[in-house]
Parts: sequence; C-alpha cells; structure tokens
Amino acid sequence: MNETIALDVAGVSHSYGSRKALDDVSFQVEQGQFCVLLGPNGAGKSTLLSLVTRLFAMRHGSISIFGHDVSRQSGEALRRMGVVFQARTLDLDLTVAQNLIYHAALHGIGRAQTRTLAASVLARVGMADRASDKARDLSGGQMRRVEIARALLHAPRLLLLDEPTVGLDMQARTDILAYVRRLVQDDQIGVLWTTHLLDEINNDDRVIVMHKGKVLDQGLARDTIIRHGARDIKDAFAKMTGSEPLGLGAAIENVL
Amino acid sequence: MSAASPPAISPPESIDFAPGFTFRHYAVCMRGIVWREALRFVHQRERFVSALVRPLVWLLIFAAGFRSVLGVSIIPPYQTYVLYEVYITPGLMAMIQLFNGMQSSLSMIYDREMGNMRTLLVSPLPRWFLLTSKLLAGTLVSVMQVYAYLAVAWFWDVQPDSNWGYVAILPALLLSGFMLGALGMFISSAIKQLENFAGVMNFVIFPMFFASSALYPLWKVREGSPWLADYCNINPFTHAVELIRFAFYLQVNWVSLAVVLGCAIVFLTGAIYAYDPAKGMLARKGG
Repeated sequence: MNETIALDVAGVSHSYGSRKALDDVSFQVEQGQFCVLLGPNGAGKSTLLSLVTRLFAMRHGSISIFGHDVSRQSGEALRRMGVVFQARTLDLDLTVAQNLIYHAALHGIGRAQTRTLAASVLARVGMADRASDKARDLSGGQMRRVEIARALLHAPRLLLLDEPTVGLDMQARTDILAYVRRLVQDDQIGVLWTTHLLDEINNDDRVIVMHKGKVLDQGLARDTIIRHGARDIKDAFAKMTGSEPLGLGAAIENVL
Repeated sequence: MSAASPPAISPPESIDFAPGFTFRHYAVCMRGIVWREALRFVHQRERFVSALVRPLVWLLIFAAGFRSVLGVSIIPPYQTYVLYEVYITPGLMAMIQLFNGMQSSLSMIYDREMGNMRTLLVSPLPRWFLLTSKLLAGTLVSVMQVYAYLAVAWFWDVQPDSNWGYVAILPALLLSGFMLGALGMFISSAIKQLENFAGVMNFVIFPMFFASSALYPLWKVREGSPWLADYCNINPFTHAVELIRFAFYLQVNWVSLAVVLGCAIVFLTGAIYAYDPAKGMLARKGG
C-alpha cells in the first residue's frame, strides 16, 4: 500500500443503460498535489465523483483512497476524504455552526471536539465571525467557504471539489482557488479539483483531461502543452479533441 | 478572505483514524441526525402548525358533523358506546404519522434534488445505519406531533379511560411511525422528481387513509362493501390504527402488532435496498 497515493482510480468504466459515461479511466492523485480534472460538461466528471464518493456502485475497475478500496472498505475510505459538491449542500435553515456540528456527527465526532475543530476550520476560511449566522444569510462565495471548512472538519487528507467556482463572481473564484492551493502547499493535502474553466489551471498543476468519458491526457499542464505543440492549455485541448471545445469556449465567454 | 492572508490557525490534527468505528461513533452520528431533524422541525413552524391543525379539523368539524350519522357500537377495545370523536382519535394519530412519513419522504426527494442527501450519504458510517437513524428521527418528530394533538384533544374531552393510555401508546406510536416513515423512505427512493410527489398523495395517502379503520369500524364498512372491508383488513395502515387504538385502552392487538412490525421490517429493508449503491435504483437512474 503506497501511503502517498491519496486517490487511485484504476480502469474505471460506468454506463447509464447503453450510454457509456466513463471508459477505462485511470489516474492518481498524490498527497500534497493539486490535481485538476478538466473536461467540458458531459465529460464524465460528475459520474466519476459519484463513484469516488460511493453514491454509485463501481461496476468495472477500482477506486481507492490511501489504499482503502471504496467498494470494500467504504467507511475507511470515506473518512479520509472531504467533499465539496457542485450543488450547494448547506442546510439553509441551520446556522453555520449547526451545519458543522451535523457534519461532524455524521463522522462520529462529538460536540466538544467539534467546537474546537469548527473554530479552527472557520478561522482558516475567514468565516470565524459568521458561525452563528444562518446559512441562508451568506453570499454564494461565503457558502462555498463554509462548505470547504465543513469538508475539512474531520481532517481528511484528500479533498474533492466538484466545480467549486461555478456561479461565483470573479473575486470569490480567485479567493477560493488561492485558498485551496495554499491548503495543498501548507498541509500537504491531496486535492482533486474538477472544472471546465481553463483559467483555473496553472502550468505547474497536474491536469487530467477528460472528454466523452475517456482520459485523453494527463501530466503537468506545461508538459501537456508541449506534448501537443500547443500555445496554451486551451489550444492543447482543441488539438486533443480535434475541435474547438464547445463547452469550454462557451464557459469562458460566460466568465469573461 | 484575501488571497494573500496566511491561514490563521494550523490544521486540526486531533482526529483519530484508528481503523473501524466504535459504538460511540454510531451513537454520536444517530444523535446528530435526530438533533438536525428536530431543529428543522422547530424552524419550520408552518409544518408544525399544519401537522396540528389537520387532525384537529377532522376532530372538531368532521367528527362533530358525523356524530349523529355514524353510530359506533361496542367493539373491542371499547367497553361502552363511544362518541365518534373518541372513535376516530386513534385514526387521526396514525394520520399524523402517515402525513409525517410522507413529508419526510418529500424532504428526502427535495434533499436529493438539492444535493443535501449527498452530505448524509458520504458519511463513512454504513448506509443502513444512516437511513435507520433518519427514520428514527422522523418517527420521534411524528410522536411529538401526536402528543401535541392529544393535548388539544384532551380539552375536547377526548381522553383514554386511564391516563396510562398516554404512556401505553408510546411504543405503538414508535412502531407505527417507523413503519409509515419506512414506507415514505421506500417511496422516496422510487421517485426521481419532486413533481411526481402529487401522485403519492393520490395513490398512497388517500387509499391508505380512507380504506382503513381510521374513520369507520370495519363491520360498518362490511355492511356496505365486503370486498372493501377485506381490502381495509390487509391495509397496513388499518393495523397501525388498531395497534394505537388498543394501546390507548391498555390492550395489545397482537395481529396488528405482528402486521405493523412485519411491514416495518419489509419497508425498511426495501428502502435500504433501494438506497444501496450496488443494488438500488440510484445508480440506474443516475441521480
């Protein structure tokens, strides 16, 4: 068992009826690595995250988190992972602190310990002063920060974020991205960040390019660009897929 | 949060990742789920008010209107003639639980659409335990609603022969609430969209409630339609009503107890099966 491999996805395929959503997908995320899963809508990113989080059952292939197989040792796997879903999943009727207490309870962490942990993670995302506010009263960016704090509450060593910046304004996007990058740097947490937004990728990031359920390329962004003789990652993506990436192009226009 | 500011506090390191889960993990988790359900209920005052008003409308208006039309003869567990309001009170208690079970099912579908369900399902504890805890939480809420209703009914002179009746119905209410909640949970797994919930009202709640012994004794139904009486007899809701009715008068209806217990197990098993990622419907439907 290699303890530095935070997430190991090996030969995973998944179909909805006759439609193949994932086709023999394999990649790894190491501890202390910021890894971007890049693909347009419909590339299979959400299906993959549903498999990693055990929402769907694995049919072909295997996924393990720090050596714990998600299907066979799901408890051990899930407790080592924090997830920020694309949809907003805070309970709007509860306060920020109550949301955290509930999450901690789901991990078997009692009240007294939660108080200390909650203060720590909220301070880290700059939300310590909002603990007793209702989640409903937060802005989109603040909710995301609380969701990240919540995902970190049980001290996971792997963090999954499913399109975490969708629907946020530019400032909030920049803040969240910078925060998560710092988390990787300071705490050596492994991060899998899914996105269809090319401007979130740095040249030093590890990028996994997905298209129509397949992994087309993986490696450092700068290497990917060189490998495909491209000007930038957008150009590289266009060359890989043989066309202008519709989802990506449209997404960028929406953002800019 | 400014991108340049350093993290304020170092990361938490105090989580114990010793393999496996202890009894304490389970206990904390169940308490958390029950606590959240109770908080939500307290926050949604309209839900509490409507849960209370619904049976009271039946008791104060419907029962008063039908008092003279429907004569209830002496049938077990009653030892004397009873007023119609007294007769339908156990049925209304079960109705509260039926609506509550369906309401929980509705909120599960809503949670699933909104993504909240994912928060629950990515807990590392086993899924059967998470669903059972959620069910228990919903059941406890429904029991509180029933007692609130009984408090109001008490002023309307609807009371058991002995005050011990209030205590004796507790296990009956827990069991019937569990069964109806499990039914709601099972249904929620089969419904993909919130819009389809109206169908549940038409095809589940109404046939269960009206074709039961909640509003009229079965011998009365049999006079009008023998087949309907047979249907009422196999309706698990009838048995939930009778279990509560007998308990209210410090008796046990063993047949109803067996039916309610059996159905609770079947519905819960079905719900756990349906929410199991390996077997259920979630993966097939992709949602």
